[in-house]
Amino acid sequence: MNDIPHAVVADSLIKQFGRFAALRGVSGEFSTRKLYVIVGENGAGKTTLLRIMAGLSHPTRGMVSVLGNRNVKEVRAHIGYMAHPSLLYDEMTGMENLGYFAGLYGIQQASNSAATCREVIASVNLDPDLDRRVGQYSQGMRQRMSLARALLNDPKLLLLDEPFSNVDSRSAKEMAGLLGQLRNGGKTIFVVTHQPALLAEVADEFVWMEAGKIVKRNSSLEASPQ
Amino acid sequence: MRFFAITRATLAKDVRLEWRSKDAINAMLFFSLLVVVIFSFAFDPTAEESRRIAGGLVWVAFLFAAIVALNQTWARELRNQVLDAYRVSPAPANPLFLAKAFGNFIFVSVLEALMTPLFIVFYKLRALGSAWELLPIAVLGTWALVVNGTFFAAMSLRTRSREIMLPLLLFPLSIPALLGMVNATTAILTGEESARFWIALLVAYDVVFTVACLLLFEVVLEAE
Repeated sequence: MNDIPHAVVADSLIKQFGRFAALRGVSGEFSTRKLYVIVGENGAGKTTLLRIMAGLSHPTRGMVSVLGNRNVKEVRAHIGYMAHPSLLYDEMTGMENLGYFAGLYGIQQASNSAATCREVIASVNLDPDLDRRVGQYSQGMRQRMSLARALLNDPKLLLLDEPFSNVDSRSAKEMAGLLGQLRNGGKTIFVVTHQPALLAEVADEFVWMEAGKIVKRNSSLEASPQ
Repeated sequence: MRFFAITRATLAKDVRLEWRSKDAINAMLFFSLLVVVIFSFAFDPTAEESRRIAGGLVWVAFLFAAIVALNQTWARELRNQVLDAYRVSPAPANPLFLAKAFGNFIFVSVLEALMTPLFIVFYKLRALGSAWELLPIAVLGTWALVVNGTFFAAMSLRTRSREIMLPLLLFPLSIPALLGMVNATTAILTGEESARFWIALLVAYDVVFTVACLLLFEVVLEAE
């Protein structure tokens, strides 16, 4: 899996919800160890594309290969996914949440699990000893804890949907820097965002989507589509 | 090995969440208490009549009350879309189902343990048959309610009116189990006949539906 040239290959992906086509033939190859920023208006199909890459949604037609495998289920252990909602239990603390999810990824042994959880929580600049339930976190803290959950399994492919929403600008810049470090560490990262400028310094490629299609790919943010 | 570890961890997490919120238990207790009190005022039966109707009354009350817990089980996973975090992980589907079913079994059993003494007092109940047989009936009957209930609650998760959908799907399929529970309980309370046939029916029902739910749950979980 380490030698595959493309982390994601999409071929004529179509996704329909009833009569509405969220994706209308998305094709493209996305290399490993790169940070891609997916940009577009609401309803452009960004989240749908990300969910298909995560294996949470299945294309109506077309094919997607993730980490060299057409069956996304088989590579789930190597995918980290952060959605717009937090994917965390509000009634549990950050450590309790991550402890539970660590078990799902087979990080079983109690000492290993706790050490891994503390490490990823610290990596997003949160205090692992914070004895407060996630429901009492600020929106920014919740976003960072959600990122920590996505990083828990040390994924090769990281899929982030709006990671900067409701995060203050300083924290957003810190998160962007962290994403750059993770990419430098060998991860492939896809970020769906309405704030692409935050990632201008660390992104390898910007991908513009419009009405369910990829309309442009470029290494700089300036060259936005017509 | 990992299968059981995930089941245990998910069950522990659900019990912890319920202990902190008490959403399901409080609603179930309140509902059952209302049923006991209202029916005792409405009927005022003699001890003999009580023995004949109590089986039906008790199990129908538990069935309706269980719906509250069953809906709550998955509603918890929908908040913040936490279910997606499970789906995106490499964990198999069935530990999630089993943990939810065991969790509901515990919650409904706690309800039964708290409400049974009240039923006995309000309806002046005394078993004329072998009372110990009520225990396997309670275990088998409760499992029959929660195993299908957990499955259909998951199925109705993405429907618009899932609170209505769950009873619509669950009640018709629960009729054989309900017959078994009610008749077995009545047989023991009245002491007129053996409950063995109804207990065997409950065992068969539980085995068939547990296997069917385990075979089909992955499809339900992966459905969009």
